[in-house]
Amino acid sequence: MLNGFGLSASLLLFQSTSLLSLGWVDSLVIVLYFLFVLGIGYYLLRFTKTGEDFFLAGRRMSSWVAGLSFVAANLGSLELMGWAAASYQYGILATHWYWIGAIPAMLFLALVMMPFYYISKTHSVPGYLKLRYGESASMLSAVSFAFMTVLMSGINMFAMALVMKVILGWSIDFSIWVSSITVMVYVVLGGLLSAIFNEVLQFMLIWLGALVIPVLGLIEAGGWSGMVARIHANFPAGNFTHLWSTLGSFNDNPMGIHWTGIVFGLGFIISFGYWTTDFLVVQRLLSAKDLRSAKMAPVIGAGFKMMVPFIVILPGLLGLAVMPGLLPQQQAIATGGHSYNEVLPLMLARYAGPGLLGLGVTALIAGFMSGMAGNVTAFSTVWTYDIYRPAHLRLTKKEQPDQYYVKMGRWATIVGVIISIGTAYLVQQFASIMDYVQALFSFFIAPLFGTVILGMLWKRATGPGGFWGLLAGTVSSIGMYVWVKLDPGALGIIALSKYAKPMADDMYRALWCWLVTVIVTIVVSYLTTPRPEAELNGLVRGCTVLPSEGDLPLVKRPIFWAGIVFAVLLALNIIFW
Amino acid sequence: MVDNKGISIWFFIGTLLLLYGIIITGANIYEAYNPSFGRPTVLENMHFGIWWGILLIIVGSIYFFGFRPWKHKNQNS
Repeated sequence: MLNGFGLSASLLLFQSTSLLSLGWVDSLVIVLYFLFVLGIGYYLLRFTKTGEDFFLAGRRMSSWVAGLSFVAANLGSLELMGWAAASYQYGILATHWYWIGAIPAMLFLALVMMPFYYISKTHSVPGYLKLRYGESASMLSAVSFAFMTVLMSGINMFAMALVMKVILGWSIDFSIWVSSITVMVYVVLGGLLSAIFNEVLQFMLIWLGALVIPVLGLIEAGGWSGMVARIHANFPAGNFTHLWSTLGSFNDNPMGIHWTGIVFGLGFIISFGYWTTDFLVVQRLLSAKDLRSAKMAPVIGAGFKMMVPFIVILPGLLGLAVMPGLLPQQQAIATGGHSYNEVLPLMLARYAGPGLLGLGVTALIAGFMSGMAGNVTAFSTVWTYDIYRPAHLRLTKKEQPDQYYVKMGRWATIVGVIISIGTAYLVQQFASIMDYVQALFSFFIAPLFGTVILGMLWKRATGPGGFWGLLAGTVSSIGMYVWVKLDPGALGIIALSKYAKPMADDMYRALWCWLVTVIVTIVVSYLTTPRPEAELNGLVRGCTVLPSEGDLPLVKRPIFWAGIVFAVLLALNIIFW
Repeated sequence: MVDNKGISIWFFIGTLLLLYGIIITGANIYEAYNPSFGRPTVLENMHFGIWWGILLIIVGSIYFFGFRPWKHKNQNS
C-alpha cells in the first residue's frame, strides 16, 4: 500500500544529473494539466454551498465516480514508482499488494461494512466510532488520524519533489510549492467534490500516461512468454514470475516471507485495516448518492485495482527482461550506475517520444496530487467534525450553523497544506523522520480495523471495550516495533521464524496487535454494560434492518459483481501461481 | 455526477484527452518527418506516439461529445 518511503529515502542519497529532459510539447502537456485541475476547482465553487457539499460532495456521486476516486486516492506517484522498483527487486510477488492485499478487503467493505457507514450517515470513520462507542474512542482515532494524515501528506510531498528532482532536475522548492498550492486551491474552492472530480481525471491520466510502458515493453520483449524467457535468461538463479509457488518457506523467495504472512498478515489484517477503515479512501464512498452506489463503488474500484499491476508491476518485470543490471541504491551510487528505484522513469525514457513523455510525467504528478488531495480532504473533515466541533460544543455549549463549519473546513484545508509543507521541509533536514512516520501510521491501522469490525458485527461490544481495545492494540503495535528496533532478533519471535526478513515484520505485527485489540475489546465489553439494542439501529449487524436488493435485477446487485471480481481474482492467482 | 446540474466530469476528461490527443499526434507526425525533433527511443520506427495520440483523440471525442453540456440544453429547450 505504501511503498514510496524506502524509495524516497534512498533517493536522498542519490546525486546525479536528471534522468529525463522535457521538450516544449511535454511541458505543454503538463501545463495544460495544471490549468485543467485549477479550472475544475474554480468551476465547482458554485456547487459547494453546504457542509454536505464541502465534506461529502453533496452525497450525489455515481458508483463509477466514487469507485474511481476511491482507487485514485490511493494511487500516489510514489506508489507507482515504489512498486515498479519492488517488482524489479522481488518480481511478481509485489502483485500480492494489489490482489490478495486489496481485493478481498474492498469486496468485504462493499458487502459487509458499507451499509453501516452509509446508513449511519456519518461524516467520517471516527464519526462512526462516536456513534458506536462514544467520544473517547472517536477522539483517540480522530486525533491520531488527523495528525498522521498531514504528516504523511508532507512526507509524500517531499518524496514527490525528490522524485521530480531526480527525474527532471526540478528544484525541490518548485515542486513542493507548485503542486501543494494547486491542490490547496482546488480543494479550498470545491472541497471533496473538487477532489473527487480531479481524482477521476487523474485516474484516467495515470492509466493513459503509464500504459505506454507495458504496451511497448511487451512488444519489445516478445509478449509475456518472451518476457519470461528473457528474465530466466538474465537471472537463471532467480524466481521472479511465480506468485505463490515460492512462498512455502521464508528462504525460497527474495522477500523472505511465508505464505501465512501474505494471507493472514497482508491479506487479512493490513489490507482490511487500510481499505475498510482508512478514512482517506472511505470518505470517497460516503459521497455516493445512495446505498447501492456506495456498495457498488468499492466493487468497481476493486475491478480497476486488480488491473493496476499492469501499469505498476509489469514495467518492473519488463525492466528485468530488457534492462538487466539495475542495482540496489547504494551500489548504484558507488558505481555511478542506475538503481532499480529508477526503473519506471528509465522505462519511460526508453519508449516515450514527444508528448508521451509529458503525459507519463503528468501521470506521476497526477498520482501525487490525487493522494495529497485525499489526505487534505480527509484531514479537514476529521478536524472539523470529529475534533473541533465536539471540543467547541463542550466549551461553548452552543451549536454553530452549517456555514461556520464549511468555513472551518476551508481553513483546515489551508492549515493542513501549510503543515504538510512544513513537514516536507522538516523531512528534508531529518530524513529518518520518514521511516518513523510510516511506522506511526501503521500503528493505528490494524487496531482500528479490530475496533470497527467488532463494533459493526458484535452488538455486545461496549464503549469502554472499544476505547481500551483500540488503545491496547495501538500500544502493543508500538511496543513490538520498539522491541525489534532495540533487538533485531525479536523479529524472529514476532514473525515465528528466524529466517523472517523485515518485510515480514509489518505483517505479523499487524496480526498480533489486531488480536490484542479484539481480545481486550471482548474482555472489557463483558465487564461493562452494553447499550440497549434500540440505540444500535443503523450501526450494528443484527440490530439494523438492511434494505433488500431482492427487487433488483441480478446485474444491478453489488453481490453479483463482487462475485465476478472475486472469481477473476482467483483465476489470476491460479494462472500466475 | 453533477449529471443533473452543471457539467459532467466526463466532459472535462474528454476535453483534456482530446487536446492531448491532438498535441501528441501532431508532435509525433512532425517528428516522423523531422527525426531531430525528438530524442531517440526504442521502437521509434513504430511511431507509437501517433497511434497513442489517435487513441486519445478517439477516447476524448467519445467523452467530449457524449457528455457535452449543450446536449442537455438542447434537449431541455
